Amino acid sequence: MSAVAVEGVWKFYGDFPALRDIHLQADAGACLALIGRNGAGKTTLLRAIAGFSRPGRGKILIFGNEPRATETRRRIGFIGHGISVYDELSALENLLLYARLYGLPDPRARALEWLERTGLERVRDGLVREFSRGMRQRLAVARAFLHDPSVLLLDEPFTALDDRAIAVLQHLLRDALARGKTIVMSTHQLREALELASHVALLVRGKVAFHGPCTAEMAADPGLVYARYGEG
Amino acid sequence: MGFFRAALVVMMKDLRAEVRTKEAINASLGFAVVILVLFSFAFDPEADTTKAISGGLLWIVFAFAGALVLNRSFARELPNDCLDALVAAPISGAALFLGKALANYVLVLAVELVSLPVFGVFYNVRWTSRFGELMLVLALGTWGLTVIGTVFSALTVNIRLREVMLPMLTYPILTPALMAAMRLTMELIVGNAIGPETARWLRMLIGFDVVYTAVSLFLVETVLVG
Repeated sequence: MSAVAVEGVWKFYGDFPALRDIHLQADAGACLALIGRNGAGKTTLLRAIAGFSRPGRGKILIFGNEPRATETRRRIGFIGHGISVYDELSALENLLLYARLYGLPDPRARALEWLERTGLERVRDGLVREFSRGMRQRLAVARAFLHDPSVLLLDEPFTALDDRAIAVLQHLLRDALARGKTIVMSTHQLREALELASHVALLVRGKVAFHGPCTAEMAADPGLVYARYGEG
Repeated sequence: MGFFRAALVVMMKDLRAEVRTKEAINASLGFAVVILVLFSFAFDPEADTTKAISGGLLWIVFAFAGALVLNRSFARELPNDCLDALVAAPISGAALFLGKALANYVLVLAVELVSLPVFGVFYNVRWTSRFGELMLVLALGTWGLTVIGTVFSALTVNIRLREVMLPMLTYPILTPALMAAMRLTMELIVGNAIGPETARWLRMLIGFDVVYTAVSLFLVETVLVG
């Protein structure tokens, strides 16, 4: 069974088809990089996989279940364009909130563990609104990994990260892949993405123009997929 | 995680955030007190007609002041895309809604409880003469206001003119509850108990709360995800 299966998915905004008959799959332990120009449908697809919106046609399955099933949501970690943490709460309060919402057995211990892993333990009681951009990004990463998700959905995960946050995220993603987790990420930063990716899917105007394994050739020349399968 | 526990976690999060920022409660309380004070200059506090309409005035103030709290309810989730993380969490949309509604209920009720003594002083009304019954009406009317306001706050969260849209959508639906609360409050403020005649309004208020709470809990998942 695929960890993530997208079967004939269409998504419409009014009459405009943002996604057109998308077929994709990612097995457990795979890292699928979704690439494409702005407006190609990467974010729309990731949000549909995460269960934030329902497809107009087709279906999406996460380990055989639909994304909005409670058990499925327990297995998904999502990093979107926003950091999804509250400015008016402290770092610890934010992680405690999500640890409780995910029903983790020892919320405080788990929150403290992730503050330490992301290098935020010294500012755990500081309000997020006082954090630097890099610290906020690391807290967002801790929030997404807190419940040890089986599927990580990452929308432009390396955008606007400082060097330390990129290093933290790359380390965590490699560790997750080594433990058999599945990653689906959309990105414009091809070099960072293709270093991790086992598979690549190129979206062009809401359609899959290419889907296949990430070869050494692609990793060496990140523009190759665009040149060969894109619109130039 | 259990339904009520999840709702409690969401409620505590919203209350903690509001206590830190005080952005909704300050605006709402300020609005309520200013309107009550200003209107008190327009009417003669000794006149019986003033006392008769003051219950209605009180609920109009509560409804408008409440909208300032309710507008912030889901809008609070917009910075940093926090709503995504809440929707992604393995809790039901109904639990999320209930948590937010309870937090709003506490905040709106707090504004009302501070406004009542101001109302008593400026309108020369002995509002404590039927205190228990008045608190019951306040609790029921405020729950109706909160439930409708919270569900429309979720519906309008991504609309650019949500501050305008929320009252426009909320008040027409709230009309039966506001009518009932006004009629009951008018009687209680002049010292009359809830009798057989006014009990109909109380039943209507309870029915409104039950029906709209059930409908909101049922529909909120669709409102949040589509």
